[in-house]
Parts: sequence; C-alpha cells; structure tokens
Amino acid sequence: MTITGIAAIGAGLAAIGAGVGIGKIGGSAMDAMARQPEMHGKIQSSALILAAFVEAVALFGVVVAFLQG
Amino acid sequence: MCTFAPKLIKAILIKSSILNSFRTVFFSAVFLAISFLGFAKEKQTTQDDAPFDPKAMILHHVKDAHEFHLWDWKGTPVSLSLPILLWTDNGLTSFSSSEFHHDDEGHTIVEANGGRFVKLHEKIYQLDAVATTVAYDAEHHPTNAQKPIDLSITRNVFMMWISVALLLFIFLTTARGYKNSKDGVPTGIAGFMEPLIIFVRDEIGKPMIGEHKYKKYMPYLLTIFFFIWINNIFGLIPILNGANLSGNIAFTFTLAMFTFIITTFSGNKNYWKHIFWMPGVPVPMKLFLMPIEIIGMFVKPISLMIRLFANITAGHVIILALMSLIFVFKSVAIAPVSVAFSLFITVIEIIVTAIQAYIFTILSALYFGMATEEEH
Repeated sequence: MTITGIAAIGAGLAAIGAGVGIGKIGGSAMDAMARQPEMHGKIQSSALILAAFVEAVALFGVVVAFLQG
Repeated sequence: MCTFAPKLIKAILIKSSILNSFRTVFFSAVFLAISFLGFAKEKQTTQDDAPFDPKAMILHHVKDAHEFHLWDWKGTPVSLSLPILLWTDNGLTSFSSSEFHHDDEGHTIVEANGGRFVKLHEKIYQLDAVATTVAYDAEHHPTNAQKPIDLSITRNVFMMWISVALLLFIFLTTARGYKNSKDGVPTGIAGFMEPLIIFVRDEIGKPMIGEHKYKKYMPYLLTIFFFIWINNIFGLIPILNGANLSGNIAFTFTLAMFTFIITTFSGNKNYWKHIFWMPGVPVPMKLFLMPIEIIGMFVKPISLMIRLFANITAGHVIILALMSLIFVFKSVAIAPVSVAFSLFITVIEIIVTAIQAYIFTILSALYFGMATEEEH
C-alpha cells in the first residue's frame, strides 16, 4: 500500500473520531435542551464551541493526511 | 429575518445617494478590471489526451495565484492579470503577470530591470546570470534559479483589499446612519448591522470576557468577526475563482498571532501564576503542570490557525472534488449527481462561513477572558 493510501485511511480514522465526538456532544445537547428548553441558547452555543474543539483535532489529522498524500 | 427585510428594502430606497456613489465605484472597478483582461498569445501545451488529474486541479484552485483565471475561450485562457512586484538585487522590479502568457511551467522567460524571471507553479524564480533555461534536480526543484522577495499583488491580496474596502463602506455607512438619525434610531444599513453587532457584544464579548472588561476588546472582536466572515463568503464566489484567502495558512496565522499577542499582553498576575506556579496543587504537581501550561499557551493560537485554515480549505476541496467527478468518469450522466451534491455542500459551507467566524471570535474572547480573570 502506498503512502497515499495510508494517508487516506488516516483521514478516515480522524473523521470517525470526530463523528463519535460531535455525535455525543450533539446528543447530550439535545437531551439538555429537551429537559430545560429555557437554557436553549446557552446550551447551543457551548455545544458549538465544544464541537469546534473536537473538530479541530480531527482537522489536525486531515491536514497531516494532506501533507502525506 | 422578517424584521430585517422591510428595513433593508427601506434602506435601499432611501439611501439611493449612497447607492449611486457605490454604483460609480463598482462600475469603474469593473471597467478597470476589464481593461486588464489578457488573452494568451500562445498556448504552451495541448493536453487533450492527458488523463484528468483532480489533485492538480484542486491544488491549483486552493493555492494563491498571480492572476484570476476566469474561463477558457476556444482553448485560450481568459484571465485578469495582476501585477508582480519583486525585490531583487537591482531594487524593486514590477511587471504584469500577463507577460508570462499563462505559462506556469517555467518556459517563458520575462526580462525586467536587468533580471530574467520565470513562473513555476505560481512561484516567481530569478534565473542565474548564465542560465538560459530552468534546470531541475531529482525532486523537480530548479537548480539554477533563486526566489526573489515576492511582494506581488496576488489573488489573495487583491481579494483582501476588496473585502477591506467593502467592510469600510459598510461600517462607515453604519456609523453615518447613527450620526444622521435624530432620535438614535438607526437608519439605512445600520438597521441591518445593529443586530449583528449586538450579537457579538451580548453573545461573545459579555459572557466570555465579563461585564466590566469586555469594552476594551470589542473593536478587535468585531473586526475579526466581520473580516473572517466576509472573506469566507468571498471564498465561495465561483467567478472570483474562489480566492481562498481564509484558507491560506499565512492569513490565519496572522489573525491567530494578533489574538496571541493581545492575550499575552493583557494577562494579569493571576493568569501568569496559573501558568508558572499553579495555585492549590502540591509542589511536584506544580513542576509537572508548568511545561504543560507553557505548551498550552502556544497551542491555543496554533489550533485557532489550523481550525480556520483546515475548515475553509476542506470545504473548497470537497466542492472541487465533487465537480471533478464529472471529468474523472468522463460522463454527463454523473453531472446531475455531482452538481446536486456540490450545491448541498455549498449551502453547508455558507453556514460554515458564519460558524467559523463565530468560533474564531468566541475562542479569542475566551482567551482574553482567561487572561483577565480575577482571583476567585
């Protein structure tokens, strides 16, 4: 397998990690919003920030895959 | 939205004088641009039989360039040439990028100000005195040419100036809207901008930095929010060749550097104590935490830089990759699928433009808030 193929697998693994992470954040945020609809705005903005943190780690992986592939 | 629309229409109707002056500027800019339209006198290679290389096409579109390549007309590229400014041994050298006749492989040699220059993969090289053609080593790097200091007005620089002009126009008009109103009610475009500015103040500035200190940071937060947002949107306009300014690592590096410098200089005693001598933990733990906190100080701006760069670049790459599926499969049947998918991704990217501007701003505000937090 070439280095490009391995880089593509790495990008895929990064996407899986980010998917699990953002999925958990989104699910918990939905739960919280259903319990306390009056906190809707605050929960949404902190969920977005946390999703950005998770996504950043995945994007590090994607950038490395770009550089290798 | 329903409150914006009537105000916007009213703004367009009332502020026709501003629109008139804007129209003048806009059309003179268009005519100026058309006068730069350069047609290639010769085409270097005809690659009709060569297999389509999506990676090269995508990289060509994502990277910075010395011209706006608009479209191909009967095999000749139609483009908007931008000036090239170089700092060489003979001083400042300038010529139009149209003199390369769209050659990006280093075949066309341009003589200017006593130097001979070639363009190779959107980089300008100066040939050595005795060299007549570019020679390459095994890695396809030129061996007989050096890179001069390149100060060119590239595609990204050009788009940045346009966005700066547009932002100046929008915000000076907004300021005038407040100045001219008798009762403090915003008029014209100010009515549209006010909710956005209040959003940055009430959702980003106040909760992240604190009621007492947010005012000092508001100019910076508003500037980066609107600057990143408008440049993200410009990146999605196809006719501008998707000038990928906010997907340029140098651009995001500069913005992240500003955040880093402001955080470092507004850090109070408490902030530095939490970095070098964490209160409330045993001494071995303090020693262990110090290097981690110092690394964390630098990782924060680096992650800001990479997040914006990678998000915007990834968006461009996905749209272009979906488009290049048509040429990879060489079939029109693929076109509806790929157009539909890229439309879908483009709509998502329009949301991402705002979200990334918001994230960059809110994280900057968070870091400022951490730096100015009082002991509790």
